[in-house]
Amino acid sequence: MRKSRTLNLGTGSFVLLGFAALFFLTTQTTSRGLTWFGPPRYEVIAKFDNIGDLKVGAPVSMSGVEIGRVAKIDFDSNDYKAVVLLRLNERYNKIPTDSDASIYTQGLLGGKFIGITAGGADTYLQDKGQIDFTQSAFVLENLIGQVLANFTKSKADEQQNSAAPADTKSNADTKSKEKTK
Amino acid sequence: MFKELWESFTDALEGLGSVVHFLFRLVVHSPSALLRFNLISQQIFNSGAFSLVIIMLSGLFVGMVLGLQGFQLLQRFGSEESLGVAATIGLVKELGPVVTALLFAGRAGTALASELGLMRATDQISAMEMMAVDPIQRVVVPRFLGGVISMPLLAAIFSVIGIYGAQLIGVQIMGVDSGSFWSQMRSAVGLKDVTEGIVKSLIFGVACSLIAVYQGYYATPTAEGVGRATTSTVVTSAVVILFLDYLITAAFL
Repeated sequence: MRKSRTLNLGTGSFVLLGFAALFFLTTQTTSRGLTWFGPPRYEVIAKFDNIGDLKVGAPVSMSGVEIGRVAKIDFDSNDYKAVVLLRLNERYNKIPTDSDASIYTQGLLGGKFIGITAGGADTYLQDKGQIDFTQSAFVLENLIGQVLANFTKSKADEQQNSAAPADTKSNADTKSKEKTK
Repeated sequence: MFKELWESFTDALEGLGSVVHFLFRLVVHSPSALLRFNLISQQIFNSGAFSLVIIMLSGLFVGMVLGLQGFQLLQRFGSEESLGVAATIGLVKELGPVVTALLFAGRAGTALASELGLMRATDQISAMEMMAVDPIQRVVVPRFLGGVISMPLLAAIFSVIGIYGAQLIGVQIMGVDSGSFWSQMRSAVGLKDVTEGIVKSLIFGVACSLIAVYQGYYATPTAEGVGRATTSTVVTSAVVILFLDYLITAAFL
């Protein structure tokens, strides 16, 4: 009896250890598992013109702090935009409704993530809310195209180029206008 | 010459056929053996819990080597933070299941084969048959199932210890940032990678245990025969594991 008890104890602790290891592998080393037992969350959608290679599971951050993850990516065929479902931690529920969501790149060639910059409104985003102000992913190919276009342009007309607006946000818009010209 | 080749080919085919037949017998007997869980639990203890020390030690050192080598390589590209991803993918998908299976074949497979071979050589199996106790059901199936259950658990333990070994070298000694080590791992490793590792270790568990009990059960009942059964358990297991590893990896791509 004594022997069988220690034996069962050994087997039991081995099996427990094994399942603990399996649990660790599925929840701690993958991004998927974290949302199973995570804190309460709420969902917000954002529509982007172009999401680049944003993936499901990419982090959503505010001032560099991770506040949630991308839960779903869909395509809206009515206004031809990418619909990104963000699942945000309930703890960060004071995001103004006029906040703006942009897609950034981690490092030079790293994965994409969504950065939210707080707006100034008094009302906060609710569950199933929508972020209206979005900025598309920065696609490297487009940038190279723009740089090349700029380069040839600056040779032809240096004056106009130096007068171009300096702030980066409207840069993309003016560039696309220039292209359509 | 040609006739001999043909004969050795048909012999190999016959061996494969009898292994498959043996597997079917084991599977048929498995449900009834599950009812007597004490026997299986004892075998899990024998082949699983006793392999724990060697598995954990090997896992630690494999993980540490991965941490060191991965760091040296990734440092050239200035992306040491990816060390967590590299080590985890390598461990969970490949090294965990394969090295665990090889160690398992060496540690537990040989023990199973020589135990069953010695039972055969000392007529214990015939004695059971005389007493109308089915030796397959009483002796072989619990050992087989014990191995099948132990293997994925051992592989998971190996991977976890290995990840901590890589973390020990990468983060504690080489100074990779701990946060990016874990967060990059979490964003890059998918559930599919973990599933692949688990499926692999399950299949390796079936293969290793099957080969061990088959070699032991059909060992020539002499001292030499038992020795040969033990040797061929390790050799066959190693080849079959690496071959199956390629097949499963290709199937998961």
